Amino acid sequence: MKLDNIYQEEKKSNFAKVSEIIITMASRPSGFIGLSILIFHVILAFISPYIAPYDFKAINPTLMLQAPSAEYWFGTDDLGRDVFTRTILGGRTALTITFFGSLIALLWGGLLGIFCGLVGGKTDDIVMRIVDAFLSIPWILAMLLIVSLLGTSTEVLIPALGFFYGKGIVRVARAATHDVIAKDFIVSARARGHSNFSIIWNEIIPNVRDAILVEGAMRWSWMLLGFSSLSFLGFGVSPPTPDWGLMISNARGLMSFAYWSVIAPIVGLSSLIIGINLTADAFAKALGIDRSTKAPV
Amino acid sequence: MLFLIIKRILLGLITLFIVSLITFVGTEILPGDACTTYLERQAFGEQLEACYRRLGLNVPAYERYVSWALNAIQGDFGYSLSGEMPIKEVLGPRIKNSLVLASAAIFIGIPIALILGIVTALWRDKLPDVAISTVTIFAMTIPEFISATLLILIIAIWLEWLPGIVIVPTDVSFLELLPNIILPVIAIAMIMTAHMARMVRSSVIQVMASEYVQMAILKGVPYWKMVFKHVLPNALLPAINVVALTIAWLLGGVVVTEVVFNYPGLGRLVIESISNRDLPTVQALAIILASIYVSINLLADLMTLMLNPRLKTLQIRK
Repeated sequence: MKLDNIYQEEKKSNFAKVSEIIITMASRPSGFIGLSILIFHVILAFISPYIAPYDFKAINPTLMLQAPSAEYWFGTDDLGRDVFTRTILGGRTALTITFFGSLIALLWGGLLGIFCGLVGGKTDDIVMRIVDAFLSIPWILAMLLIVSLLGTSTEVLIPALGFFYGKGIVRVARAATHDVIAKDFIVSARARGHSNFSIIWNEIIPNVRDAILVEGAMRWSWMLLGFSSLSFLGFGVSPPTPDWGLMISNARGLMSFAYWSVIAPIVGLSSLIIGINLTADAFAKALGIDRSTKAPV
Repeated sequence: MLFLIIKRILLGLITLFIVSLITFVGTEILPGDACTTYLERQAFGEQLEACYRRLGLNVPAYERYVSWALNAIQGDFGYSLSGEMPIKEVLGPRIKNSLVLASAAIFIGIPIALILGIVTALWRDKLPDVAISTVTIFAMTIPEFISATLLILIIAIWLEWLPGIVIVPTDVSFLELLPNIILPVIAIAMIMTAHMARMVRSSVIQVMASEYVQMAILKGVPYWKMVFKHVLPNALLPAINVVALTIAWLLGGVVVTEVVFNYPGLGRLVIESISNRDLPTVQALAIILASIYVSINLLADLMTLMLNPRLKTLQIRK
């Protein structure tokens, strides 16, 4: 009973832990900038439908390719649509799809990796061979194939992205599991006769969680990059949904005389990706993990 | 040592075998087959029969896999549906063009990355490091199609220094290609250099903090002698593997860059054959790109093995 009390006192609430990590992250200039950009984009994604000055799909032939003015802050595009409206709405799809995609990637990649690391032996060998094989197919080819055969709806994109960006997490989770598996507390849990499930849930996950979360944050920025590349190539969201990748690819042909319609989505997408990256960096540093030695696989 | 090399090569071959199975099964279990997918609404009667005969789709799947794999090993990937000729002939000039692009980017990128990485590590947290690191973060995180579009906008449209898009036939000679590839090479090299510079930086910093370097400083070894003799050889070895992974990862980025610049390489062929639903070509591309990936990694592993005397003895004892 007494031991239990001591344990309870040392244990901080989850909220306190999270806020402590966020404060550490924001204490560096790069982390502060990254967090601010990310929070700005998330808030924008929530409120943009209510603050957009025009209808994003209203086509107006008389207003084609207008230069920026007081009325149309970022000008208009080749169909006379307001670029400002489309730019502030353009991150919503990308953010939603990649956020849920990353969650799926974290879940299946993390669990499979932990399982492989714990079980070892033949199962581990076979699974890792298959993961290696999937890793050596370029992401763009695999994604394009899936999307062109199954369509570009959200129900296809989220699991497809989640699957393809999860295979790298398998390796990280497996390596992290290998690091803790030889520790005494796992051996004693085994000696106490705990099941594999109980060992994974109570002993391994608390110890590998940080490494997997940092990896997941990284995957998020790469997934966003991959998703907007798909959109740019015409295999992502379908028009007239406003999306930065799609807007850039549409406006690119006309940029010699209407550069504003390409600059606005470029600033939107670049700032979001840089924001997520800086945040992931700060997150890794706050948890004491060095991510700069890792290759983008 | 020899045993290790053979084992490593075997592992690479197994990976390739699984990739070929994945692409084959993947295209097999998806709805429709290569012919119905390609012909879409015209997939009936005479035309469908002819397509089946040409691709040999009227024999069981495992037999087709075996004959396809045996031919693929000899470089024969079958027949391209959209190109109306053997895939081998479609691929040839494309591979050459992409190779020109990639090797130019690698030859420019690696030396710059090494210099930047070493400079930022030695002047850690000082002005050169902060400035270069900020630029590399930007170059690294911004998607290829954005940096490529910006390059076209600034250099080709506003300054009018270089052609913005490549308008040459696929089988163009090397000299004609040269002025056209400058912008695409810059676009690819920029991202690759940034990635590698960051890895070299952290690798050098790690070695600088190690005990034998501290010892060398205490012994009074001159700074630059220490850097070149003790730090760099040890810092650059682990970087080889990471550099290989970056190059392999760039295969995806090259696809996007080639599309932006309308460059007639493998990347544009990927997009074209997927838009045309030309599954045999997609299969061939998957296996070729995967082999490039596997062989770059294999090469890096072997290089680390050869260059690192410690690793050699360690592995033999095992």
